Amino acid sequence: MTLTKNELIRYNRQIILPDFGVEGQEKLKAASVLIIGAGGLGAPNLQYLTAAGVGRIGVVDFDQVSLTNLQRQVLFTTQEVGTNKAATAVSKLKELNPETVFEVYEAQLSAENAMDIIARYDLVVDGSDNLPTRYLVNDACLFLEKPLIYGAIFRFEGQVSVFNELQVDGSRGPNYRDLFPTPPPPDMVPSCSEGGVFGVLPGIVGSMQANEAIKVITGMGNTLSGRLLLFDSLDFTSRFLNVRSNPQNPVSGSNPTITGLIDYEAFCAGPVVEEKALQSVSVRDFHESLSRYFVLDVREPYEYEISNLGGLNIPLGELSERLAEIPHKGEVVVHCKSGARSARAIRLLEKEGYTNLLNLEGGILAWQKEIDSDMAVY
Amino acid sequence: MNMNIEIIAFGIAKDILKGKSVQLDLPAGETVSGVKKRLITEFPDFQSLASLQLAVNAEYVDDSYVLNENDEVVLIPPVSGG
Repeated sequence: MTLTKNELIRYNRQIILPDFGVEGQEKLKAASVLIIGAGGLGAPNLQYLTAAGVGRIGVVDFDQVSLTNLQRQVLFTTQEVGTNKAATAVSKLKELNPETVFEVYEAQLSAENAMDIIARYDLVVDGSDNLPTRYLVNDACLFLEKPLIYGAIFRFEGQVSVFNELQVDGSRGPNYRDLFPTPPPPDMVPSCSEGGVFGVLPGIVGSMQANEAIKVITGMGNTLSGRLLLFDSLDFTSRFLNVRSNPQNPVSGSNPTITGLIDYEAFCAGPVVEEKALQSVSVRDFHESLSRYFVLDVREPYEYEISNLGGLNIPLGELSERLAEIPHKGEVVVHCKSGARSARAIRLLEKEGYTNLLNLEGGILAWQKEIDSDMAVY
Repeated sequence: MNMNIEIIAFGIAKDILKGKSVQLDLPAGETVSGVKKRLITEFPDFQSLASLQLAVNAEYVDDSYVLNENDEVVLIPPVSGG
């Protein structure tokens, strides 16, 4: 693709780079990139790939900007809370670079739409925030033979790699399922909202993804294909692990058992545990007969301060020392923010002989959504 | 003869191992599979991560891999944040 005079000026500082040149710039202009998620990782990818002159960029995000995003998602402003992330991001990126064509998908990527959307692009950047989507994106990229730039973050740690890149010998490099053949139980994979995340981290990790995306497109340097980078911002250490293609890989191995997209929510929920199901109550039923329950809130005191249902606040970590405060008679509703910690609390209390416990389904978040929309959430 | 093996944890594995790393004293010739069993004995919550592949000296290996003195084992659970 030929560059206009204006483009030759705009991209001059990279065109004059050794190894890059007009040819590299033309490759970027001819390229199309799909970015999954316009959040912490998606935003730096969007900004750098737009600035660098990628010809066509698609962005998928069904979610809205929330106040809790702004500590790390620096593309957005306070005034934009409540707006769709993909649309808002693109409105700014158009100002950054009018040469780039943008395509917005205000939708959740799913097994139904992933193949159609991904097929339209040369390369995919994964900035999603949950495990089912990560396996979905990986598998779709394998089926469609698209390189995938992987990045993921947790607290102070980041992971970066390049999956499914075309090798010199015509084969494809390792992928997500070579790294993580089996997803661990969901409570072992906390999201940013559950585990926390250092604000600068997605900026660092997302920028490294953009770095790799530009290299894959232009063919410069050595990418992270076959290597996993582990970065720890707290100790400032990095470590590279060599990843090999696993012949047992169910999608890309020598005897594939998965030949089309599957139900990724079910896959990541793991095998059905034989544990006795928890007794639970919906926020609606709970709301209708509030007075009959003793309410136990197992969140941290600072969370209680933001919003609460008037229950007794004993953080999960202190539960075993404060059993005397929890009645054995009557019905006790246990809740947290989303229902995960309260489920753990109930398992713990059942071991101590409690038989009168109900888990509040969806926790404070469900209460805010269905009963009291004025309640502050975080 | 026993050997000393350092296990380095990332992500949620730090919570389970209660720190960034642990030293294990293991019989010579122990496999990765044996390391996992030992970790489950010492840290019962590790059961949830027992399906993970471990890396030894920066290479991903399978459960039958035989460890040597001073090998560094890295434990990397998937992280999902974005």
